[in-house]
Amino acid sequence: MSKLHMSRRGLIKTGAIGGAGLALPTIFTSSASAFTNEPTGSNVVLGFNVPQTGAYAEEGLDELRAYQLAVEHLNGEGDGGMLSTFSSKTLQGNGILGKRVDYVTGDTQTKSDVARAQAQSMIQKDGAVMITGGSSSGVAVAVQGLCQEAGVIFMACLTHSNDTTGKDRKKNGFRYFFNAYMSGQALAPVLLNAYGGDRQAYHLTADYTWGWTQQASIQAATEAVGWGTVANVLTPVGAGDFSSYIAPVLNSGADVLVLNHYGADMVNSLTQAIQFGLRDKQVNGKNFEIVVPLYSELMAKGAGANIKGVYGSMNWNWQLQDAGTQAFVKSFGEKYGFPPSNSAQTAYAQTLLYADAVTRAGSFNPCAVVEALEGFEFDGLGVGPTLYRAEDHQCFKDVLVVRGAENPTTEYDTLEIVEKTPVEQVMYAPDHEMFGGAEATLGECNPGA
Amino acid sequence: MDQIILQFLNGLDKGSAYALIALGLTLIFGTLGVVNFAHGALFMIGAFCAVTFGRIINVSHEIVDETKLDFLGRPLKVQVPYVKEWFGDVAGSAIIDWTVPISIVFAIPVMLAIGIAMERGLIKHFYKRPHADQILVTFGLAIVLQEIVKAFYGANPIPTPSPAHFAGSLDFGLMLGFDANAVIYPYWRLIYFLFSSVIIGGVFAFLQFTTFGMVVRAGMADRETVGLLGIDIDRRFTTMFGIAAIVAGLAGVMYTPILSPNYHMGMDFLVLSFVVVVVGGMGSLPGAVAAGFLLGILQSFASNSSYKAAIVDALSLKDTFLDTFIMGLDQIIIYLVAIVILLTRPRGLLGRKGVMEE
Repeated sequence: MSKLHMSRRGLIKTGAIGGAGLALPTIFTSSASAFTNEPTGSNVVLGFNVPQTGAYAEEGLDELRAYQLAVEHLNGEGDGGMLSTFSSKTLQGNGILGKRVDYVTGDTQTKSDVARAQAQSMIQKDGAVMITGGSSSGVAVAVQGLCQEAGVIFMACLTHSNDTTGKDRKKNGFRYFFNAYMSGQALAPVLLNAYGGDRQAYHLTADYTWGWTQQASIQAATEAVGWGTVANVLTPVGAGDFSSYIAPVLNSGADVLVLNHYGADMVNSLTQAIQFGLRDKQVNGKNFEIVVPLYSELMAKGAGANIKGVYGSMNWNWQLQDAGTQAFVKSFGEKYGFPPSNSAQTAYAQTLLYADAVTRAGSFNPCAVVEALEGFEFDGLGVGPTLYRAEDHQCFKDVLVVRGAENPTTEYDTLEIVEKTPVEQVMYAPDHEMFGGAEATLGECNPGA
Repeated sequence: MDQIILQFLNGLDKGSAYALIALGLTLIFGTLGVVNFAHGALFMIGAFCAVTFGRIINVSHEIVDETKLDFLGRPLKVQVPYVKEWFGDVAGSAIIDWTVPISIVFAIPVMLAIGIAMERGLIKHFYKRPHADQILVTFGLAIVLQEIVKAFYGANPIPTPSPAHFAGSLDFGLMLGFDANAVIYPYWRLIYFLFSSVIIGGVFAFLQFTTFGMVVRAGMADRETVGLLGIDIDRRFTTMFGIAAIVAGLAGVMYTPILSPNYHMGMDFLVLSFVVVVVGGMGSLPGAVAAGFLLGILQSFASNSSYKAAIVDALSLKDTFLDTFIMGLDQIIIYLVAIVILLTRPRGLLGRKGVMEE
């Protein structure tokens, strides 16, 4: 049996050489790449992570159309869309920092675990330097967390929960879309004006993060203008038939039903509430009313004539008359044959905002991009002057209050804009209790690598 | 009392849908011995028969209205349905308005053809295979069918309203001496309940009072002996598969004003319908119907938050685990009842000895 003989000096030498050998790849890595997926070739890859199957597939596919349009415009193809109206004039249609923009897509299926796996694959396998997408707040929060860990930027698309830029805010994540609190603040004065201050509301609420924050926000806002709250009933997501939840409403003493539902759930609950004849009834001597705090064009199309006269809120609508909106609607409409949804506009705007931030920073480094986006003020993307607030990475801009049109002329103008609520009315402190309070922080920027 | 009547009524229409789907499932299981996980897809296809028929009825030609503009500022192209030109504005509008009931006529041959094609083309090859194989292949078939429907119709729900005559609701409360609005029930749900009662009655009458039905019942009891008598029982069972497809399809057609059709609706109903079949007793037609209504009504009662809140308050359970459990009872009530029934009556409510017990 052999025995190893080694002197103390020999051990130190061997250890030093071995240690240097182990450290060598790390040294090379850190000098070769300062951040995750630093683009070294002539192109840069963006990851579009949207639901292409499942309940929110239509929203996701509309987002994807807008992402593809944005890539075309960034690469100097098509008519340029909002590049000409965007107040920041850094984008010249020559890609981003001279690199041609390529993209990969993933299907989130509106499932958090699938969305995370897709995002991870885009980052690790495809080399995506930025991930964007989401048609559900649960998914957005999950993917935002992953991007923070991986050291890439996450430009959230359709996510309306307060938590995304509230208690779950992250330094690497940014949200252009408005949130549930803003919906409540914009809607309450309009509802007061339309239905009066002496009202009793009954809430049906989707039982997940978005539903909870939406309900809390609209309840607080309506109670602030004098309304009472009779009940808040949580309903399972995808319940289909809401009749057993709707039936007790008329006899509850409430004269307003607030449907904190989205997507197919909203289409079904609203349709069934109309079938029960709720809007034909009188309670407490007043006409019974229904409110849908968050609207989308695709939901409005699904609900058909049932949305007539029903109030809600939106981030953007193609019927706005500003130059940015008109440029985008023209580009999108001529390419696809129908007007874009507000999800599509968010997808398009987020892609341009990322490209612009990289250009202004002169680097794809996530921490440089974060610095460029924090406190960035811009205009020309559709809803007027906008601020990307540094403290929580939430965009602040005017909010649209809309109502189901009584006499739409086409299948696209089913919603009409009632009011453009000024941004000052929907502002709140970064440490607002509905957004995680003082404990909520962005944390540190993570460049990865 | 008014709340009890209200939730009972609410349970009837959901129970009707469960009963119709479970009836078809039981017919197929009882005759062919196949556990058909594609049955929910037949319900969904039935709903899309109404959507398709609506699109056929609304086939239009285009005219340009120079007085209006589209979203790009061009003269608006307006679709004018041919049916209005052929039958006049009033009659044409009435036909469009009554699309859902009329589409029953369209759905019957379509569903019969789909049912027979499904049985002859795929399922007959799995008769002698284990139930696990049948479940896998029919589940796969259901996914394929729903993806095909999604490819053609998209993922969003498609509004399919009932005729305007049946919009709104009936105030049962006033008829029973309660206050106005105490017990309201939409007209269309009442029609759905009556329609499903007629279909269920028709299927039972067909099996009970026709020679064909008698042979099928004999085949369900003892397939080999009926075959030895020289009767082509396979052909009759294929027809029964087609009939079961029609029952599921019609349930779907008439459900469209209640639940806007989407490609996933079949899967949503399938799992609960299987629970209904198991609770009712595998292979028992009356059991499937009884369990369908029972579970639909129970689910309706469990959804009433005021009862649940009263129970929580009475037992001083606020903000405890039991509070959460009771308030979320509607999501698990069917499975809880299924567990209790299967523990006390392992063959289900009206199950027969020997079915799926080998």
